Amino acid sequence: MTTADTHRLRSGEVLDRARAENRAALIGYLPVGYPDLSRSIEAARILIDHGADMIELGLPYSDPVMDGAVIQQAASTALQAGTRTRHVLEAVEALSGRGGAILVMSYWNPVLAYGPDAFARDLAAAGGAGVITPDLIPDEGGQWIAASEEHGVDRVFLVAPSSPRDRLEHVVSHTRGFVYAASTMGVTGTRASVSTATEGLVERTRAAGAQNVCVGLGVSNGEQAAQVGAYADGVIVGSAFVRALLEHEGDDAAARTALAAVATDLRSGVERARA
Amino acid sequence: MSIPFPDLSRPEGALRSATGPYFGDFGGRFLPEALVPALNELIEVYEKAILDPEFTAELQHLAAQYTGRPSLLSDAPRFSALAGGARILLKREDLNHTGSHKINNVLGQALLTRRMGKTRLIAETGAGQHGVATATAAALFGLDCTIYMGAEDTERQALNVARMRLLGAEVVAVEQGSRTLKDAINEAFRDWVANVETTHYLLGTVAGPHPFPAMVRDFHRIIGEEARAQTIERVGRLPDAVVACVGGGSNAMGIFHAFLDDTDPTVRLIGCEAGGDGIASGRHSATITGGTAGVLHGSRSFVMQDEDGQTIESHSVSAGLDYPSVGPEHAWLADIGRAEYRAIDDGPAMEAFALLSMTEGIMPAIESAHALAGALELGRELGEDAVILVSLSGRGDKDVDTASRWFGLVGDEPARADLAALREQARSTAPAPAVPAAAAGTTDPAAASAAPATSEEGR
Repeated sequence: MTTADTHRLRSGEVLDRARAENRAALIGYLPVGYPDLSRSIEAARILIDHGADMIELGLPYSDPVMDGAVIQQAASTALQAGTRTRHVLEAVEALSGRGGAILVMSYWNPVLAYGPDAFARDLAAAGGAGVITPDLIPDEGGQWIAASEEHGVDRVFLVAPSSPRDRLEHVVSHTRGFVYAASTMGVTGTRASVSTATEGLVERTRAAGAQNVCVGLGVSNGEQAAQVGAYADGVIVGSAFVRALLEHEGDDAAARTALAAVATDLRSGVERARA
Repeated sequence: MSIPFPDLSRPEGALRSATGPYFGDFGGRFLPEALVPALNELIEVYEKAILDPEFTAELQHLAAQYTGRPSLLSDAPRFSALAGGARILLKREDLNHTGSHKINNVLGQALLTRRMGKTRLIAETGAGQHGVATATAAALFGLDCTIYMGAEDTERQALNVARMRLLGAEVVAVEQGSRTLKDAINEAFRDWVANVETTHYLLGTVAGPHPFPAMVRDFHRIIGEEARAQTIERVGRLPDAVVACVGGGSNAMGIFHAFLDDTDPTVRLIGCEAGGDGIASGRHSATITGGTAGVLHGSRSFVMQDEDGQTIESHSVSAGLDYPSVGPEHAWLADIGRAEYRAIDDGPAMEAFALLSMTEGIMPAIESAHALAGALELGRELGEDAVILVSLSGRGDKDVDTASRWFGLVGDEPARADLAALREQARSTAPAPAVPAAAAGTTDPAAASAAPATSEEGR
C-alpha cells in the first residue's frame, strides 16, 4: 500500500457516507476531453462543488454501443480533438482529493489495449476509485477481476431489467463497490420518466446479495432523482450534464452556470427523497 | 446424386467440431449484460433446432425450393488459362435467390426468429446484400424489418436501398461515427437492447458475440459440403486449395469448414482480405494481415485499431469487405496456421472482376472478385496440375455503377484501369476456331471441362 492508496476514496465509502446522511449518493458522468481536456476537468469540479458525491469520467470510445445520441456526440468530438487514454488518467489525478470518488467508465477494448493490469495500477496511482465496464460481463472478466483485485480498484458491472435471478447473483458476486442497475432496456439518454419497474430491479439485485445498487439511464432532473433516490443507494446522471455542455458550446460562463444548476437541482432531489 | 442437403448436426473432426464460444483465444461474449438473456435464449433455441428433424426439413425445403440449392459448380476454362493453367472451379453462390450466399444464413435465423415468437427482424448492411436478403426473409415470413445502413453506404448503394424498401423493409441511414458498416452495427445493437422482447438481431456474418460466429457458419456450411462433393465428383479428388474473400468472413467460413480436417494431404485454405489502397497506405480492410488482437462488436478477434484501442476506419472498393474486424474462427485458423490470409488490393480485384466477366460471361460481386484475384495469383504459383476451388459468393449486378466509374465508362472521373488492355488479355484465352472432332479424345482437363456450365447435373 502506498501513501496515495490510503487517501484514495473508494465508492463504498462514499455510499456509506451518503447512507449515514439518510440519502442516496449523486453520481455525475462526463466524458473526458469534451469540449477539451482542461474544460472537462473544470466541468467535473463544478459537479463536485455542487453536490456530486462521485464522478464517472467517460473514456471516449469510437464504438459506444450503450450510449445514446448526446453522449455519442460529445465522445466523438473529444476523440476528434485528440483525447487519449492517458488524458483520462490525468483527469482522474486532477480531480482526486477533492472530496468525491472518481471512477472511470470505459468500454472494454481501450482497457484491453492499455493492458488491464497496467490500467488498474495507473488508475489507483492517480487516485481513482474504480472502473465501470458497460460491455464487459463477469464471464469474460477474468483478467480484469484479477487486475482490479491486485490494485484495489472497484469493478462495477451492470444489471438490467432483463436480468434473471441467476445472472443477478453472478454479477453481484463479482462486483466490488456497487452494482450499476440500468433503469431501462436501452441506451444512455434523458427520458420523460423513470420506469416504475426500476424499484423492482433494485430490490431483486439486493435480494441477490448486493449491498450497494445505483441506478442509471434516463435520470435528468431533481424530481426523478428524488423518486429514484427513495430506493436506490445512488443516482447516476450523465446525459443531462452533457446536454448542458452541448447546449452552451462556445460559451464557458453559460455552460458553468447550466452545469451548476443541473447539479444543484439533482442534489436537492436526492436530499428530499427520504425526508 | 451425392450432393448433400443442409444438415446442422455436429460434425466430428479435430477442427470441424469447434462450436464456440471460444476459438482458441478468440470469440466470447463482450456485450452489455442486458443482452445476455437474449443470447442465452438464442443459444437454447438454436441447440434445440439443430436436433429437431422438423427444423432441418424446413431448412432443406427452403434451400431446395426458395434459394435454389444445390448451387452449381462451374468450370472456368478461359479464366483458368489466365491462372497459369490451374483448373479453377467456381462455387456459384451468386446464383442463389437474392444473388449471394447471404440467403443461407438469413433463412436459418428467420426460422429461429419464428420459433422464439419474435415478430421483428433488424440487421446491419454494408453493400446491401445482407440487408436485401434479410428484407426478403422478412417478406417471406411476414416479419417487420428494419435495416441499418451507414449513411455513406446508402448514398453509394441507392439502388439496394430502394430494393429493400420495395420489399417492405424500413431502411435507416446511420449518421453516427464514420457513417459506414461498423456504425450500422452499433446502431443495430442499440435498437436490439431497447426492443429485445420482440426483436431478433439477424447478424449477417460470422462475427459478433457467441452464438453468432458458430451459428452463422453452420447455416453456411452447406456451401463447402456441396462444393467438396461436387469437386470430388467432377475431378475425382479434393482440390489443392480453396479460396474465398473475407470481410467478416461468412462465405469463407461456409466453404472452408468442410475442408478444415482435410490435412493429409492438406487442402490449402486461403482467405482474401481487402487490401484497399495497399497495406502500406493504411487504407485497407485486411484485418488479419494488418490488424491486432482486440474486442469489437462482441467478440475478441483481430481489429484495426490504434494503440489506444480506438477502431480505425477501414477502406475497400468493396462495401461488403469494408469492415475493421473479422470473425473469431478466422482469427483462430490464422493463429494456428490452418488457413492463410492474403491482402488483395483494389486494383487486382477490379481487374479480376473484369476478367471473369470477359472470359466466362459471369459478372462477380466485387467482394468475390478479391477471391478471383487471389486464385489468379495462386494458380500462377501452383501451375497447371492444380485444382483451385473458388467461392463465387455473389453476383455483380449491384456493382455495375462502381465498376463503370472505375473503368471510366460513365461520368467525368478518369479511368483507374485500362479496360481495353484487359479485353486483349481476355481475348488471348479464346479457344482456337472450332475444328469438328478436335476436342474429342483430349486429355487436357481444362479443355475437357470447357462445356457450358449449364450442363451441370442435377439442375
